[in-house]
Amino acid sequence: MSELVLPKVDESTILNRNKIVSKLKKITKLENVLDHNDEIKPYETDALSAYKQKPLVVVLPENTQEVSKILKYCNEEKIKIIPRGAGTGLSGGALPLQDAILLGLGKFNKILEIDFDNKCVTAQPGVTNLSITHAVQHRGFYYAPDPSSQLACSIGGNVAENSGGVHSLKYGTTTNNILGVELVLMDGTICRLGGKTLDQEGYDLLGLVCGSEGLLGVITEVTVKILKKPQTVRAALIGFPSIEDGGNCVTDIISRGIVPAGMEIMDKALIEATDNFCKAGYPRDAETLLIVELDGTKSEVDELIKNVSEIAKRNNSSSIKLSNNEKERLSFWAGRKAAFPACGAMAPDYYCMDGTIPRGKLSEALKEIKRLSKKYNLPVANAFHAGDGNLHPLIMFDGNNKDQLKRTEEFGAEILKYCVKLGGVLTGEHGVGIEKRELMCEMFNDNDIQQQLKIKKSLDEKNLLNPGKVYPILRKCAEEGRIHVHRGEEKFPDLPRF
Amino acid sequence: MSIEVRKNFQISQDSDYILKPDSEEEVSIIVKDLYEKNLPAEIIGSKSKNFIGNKLQCAKILDLSQLSGVVEYLPEELYIKVKACTPIAEIEEIIKKNNQQLAFEPIDFGYIISSKSNKGTAAGYLSCNFSGSRRFKSGSVRDHVLGFRAINGKGDIIKSGGTVVKNVTGYDLSKLVTGSFGTLVALTEITFKVLPTKDSSSTLVIHEEDKEEIAKLFNNIQSSSNEISGSVYVPKEPIDKKYVQNREKIFKFNDLKNEGSFLAMRMEGSKKSIDERIRDLTIELNLKSKKKSFLDVHQSVLFWEKINNLEIFSNTQNCLARVVIPPSKCIDLMKYLGSEYKYYIDWCGSLFWIEILDTSEEKLSTFKDYIIKMTGYLTIIKNSENSIPIKDIFTINETRLHLSKKIKESFDPKRIFNPGKMYRNI
Repeated sequence: MSELVLPKVDESTILNRNKIVSKLKKITKLENVLDHNDEIKPYETDALSAYKQKPLVVVLPENTQEVSKILKYCNEEKIKIIPRGAGTGLSGGALPLQDAILLGLGKFNKILEIDFDNKCVTAQPGVTNLSITHAVQHRGFYYAPDPSSQLACSIGGNVAENSGGVHSLKYGTTTNNILGVELVLMDGTICRLGGKTLDQEGYDLLGLVCGSEGLLGVITEVTVKILKKPQTVRAALIGFPSIEDGGNCVTDIISRGIVPAGMEIMDKALIEATDNFCKAGYPRDAETLLIVELDGTKSEVDELIKNVSEIAKRNNSSSIKLSNNEKERLSFWAGRKAAFPACGAMAPDYYCMDGTIPRGKLSEALKEIKRLSKKYNLPVANAFHAGDGNLHPLIMFDGNNKDQLKRTEEFGAEILKYCVKLGGVLTGEHGVGIEKRELMCEMFNDNDIQQQLKIKKSLDEKNLLNPGKVYPILRKCAEEGRIHVHRGEEKFPDLPRF
Repeated sequence: MSIEVRKNFQISQDSDYILKPDSEEEVSIIVKDLYEKNLPAEIIGSKSKNFIGNKLQCAKILDLSQLSGVVEYLPEELYIKVKACTPIAEIEEIIKKNNQQLAFEPIDFGYIISSKSNKGTAAGYLSCNFSGSRRFKSGSVRDHVLGFRAINGKGDIIKSGGTVVKNVTGYDLSKLVTGSFGTLVALTEITFKVLPTKDSSSTLVIHEEDKEEIAKLFNNIQSSSNEISGSVYVPKEPIDKKYVQNREKIFKFNDLKNEGSFLAMRMEGSKKSIDERIRDLTIELNLKSKKKSFLDVHQSVLFWEKINNLEIFSNTQNCLARVVIPPSKCIDLMKYLGSEYKYYIDWCGSLFWIEILDTSEEKLSTFKDYIIKMTGYLTIIKNSENSIPIKDIFTINETRLHLSKKIKESFDPKRIFNPGKMYRNI
């Protein structure tokens, strides 16, 4: 990987390590402060495992008061601090610094209240996304945002990153599905934003905090909205002889007023990779594969799926399968969900990009990616959340080959820049973190970035909370890393990623 | 800016205290000047909602109404990008041609002031973040803003967001600016998400007086998977001459049995699906023995327009408050209001629009404390005619006020934009 530039190390903090450790041991229980090398090691990276850095010390507070005391202490003593949820983030948002305390929220792992009357659940930030659904599904409810790492990723991390999932076209992302948070600011102030009401009065601070990547405060409690499960869910698996036909079909579906719950496209390389990997039964002759999922009341879904297959036929589909039961529906998804490991089986390493483009620009984007693939002489497979325009190209390479690595990085950066050029954005759901930091100036000019930095400064004057993330340090659009997976050694390799 | 434009612009600036720029660049120049001279300005668009909030007396008026017109509309990408003060009615008209809508259902505040429609501008909606009946199902204004361009308090042109729904690049400033009542930035361009309008809609009306039963119905509607996209309760009007007795006149529909209180629920989708859902709901909500009315598509559309136009408070002389509470507290607030107040409940039990007769400080603060205790909030939308100004129009606590001041400072350090519109010192 390219050399990563991190904020200037404060040597005095490192010299004061013992003093800091003993202070932390006064704030929380002794066993909650990890200062031995072996104990710290698991925290040296998140799921962007290309970057590793041991923190100064790890602290695992047990309650909001402890978090507040730790932040207040850090603020007074000018010690940097990095918050961390489950560590499943793909953009290096929780990468430690050698002169920073790593604040793990793993002990905040309880669901505090299930409130069916107000259709919400209040949970501590370390609770996993999926366990919220598990806690309410006996009454037919669920929590809508479903990032594919939902088995392991924490709800606090979801708020920090504004996580999406495959259903965000219809159900929105985290920001549209939370009602309130408890937040500790860098000076130790504990505040509540939102609660159990729809909207809040005054500035929408909840909206600001959601997706702020741990730069504005530490979340210690989250209240999420729960929804009643739809009566029926059905999916269509549609093959197309060309990328254009698949792309046109997506545009056509939306233009005809259909908003599917999920809509996914895979290119030929990925169809073959996933079909080889898990025998998904995908049409291997197709150039593009489209999965359309519809949910709602039974007659509505039946009618819409009929409309979708008619639209597909008009757009030259080469094959159409419609799910008639839950087993069939899940089988349609099996290959798509195995996209990451399938690519892992094809090459020693892969990078996953995460740009968003306007839906209608899909074939343009895929053509450019194909051209770049030839230019850099590296294979690429494409997964695309067609419903919301989120593109995940997977570049395959061998990390031991320095030249290939360099080419991959340049390839990835070119893709993201092209996404912005098409009217899209750098990141749809993985966050900027450390990974796309230096590309921010592709999307924002100095005024835009200065305004965001002023907000950061107003809440964290000394820039101690998660410094070095999101905003450019190099002040030039250097090409930095993307998700780097070496010989399947991805952090949480079993988690589906898409 | 051409020499000509610059000259005219200079003249208007010197001769008038109303500044009326017609481009983003001009807004930027004006604000830079205001910043330098330390002159606060009240931002206005079509003035359809500028009666909301504390009254302002600023050195200048920044009239953005010239920034109007569609910049880009891509129906298949589900967004429309408009200049800030494009009339909402114009946007609705344009997207209607493609069978699309602003799903947050813009409220028309024109009726409560002048008995006629005046929906105002895109920027006005964004600044207030007041959403219509579909809110509990489809989100509020803030959930439908994809991005914006604006001028901050120093005169810099800034932007945030984009045109796509999935975007986590940088802080989500669209959310922060939505509902800020023009106190953070002067908006110049807004991108809204648009969504398809459903084929058909119908409304099932339950005639019910028992408040406990209403609260139970609201709760069950929210727990239903039958996709109800609007649910309101309109109680009988109090017999008091101080209230305009207009309920009967407004809700005059062929198929609506207009007697007593009623709860209405809307279903949208294909006709077949609606019929099925009504059958389902009758069982699910135990409605068989209830007195019901049924409004077909034409009556249904009109009914919800009247709700979202606040027509029930048409031309009222009284104070009007907007109260949002957790839905489970709906029954408590209904009991508190009894039969003395003229009010109705929207958002399936979460939103109360209430006319308040006694606006004495003591009475209002008791009421506000009660709402805060229920973890809700109260906004005074309109004061009663000829009465003394109300002290706190909005609800806030000390911590959030402290935070809000910091945010205000980061956008508008000299408090140029709408100072004091929401809270003192902001």
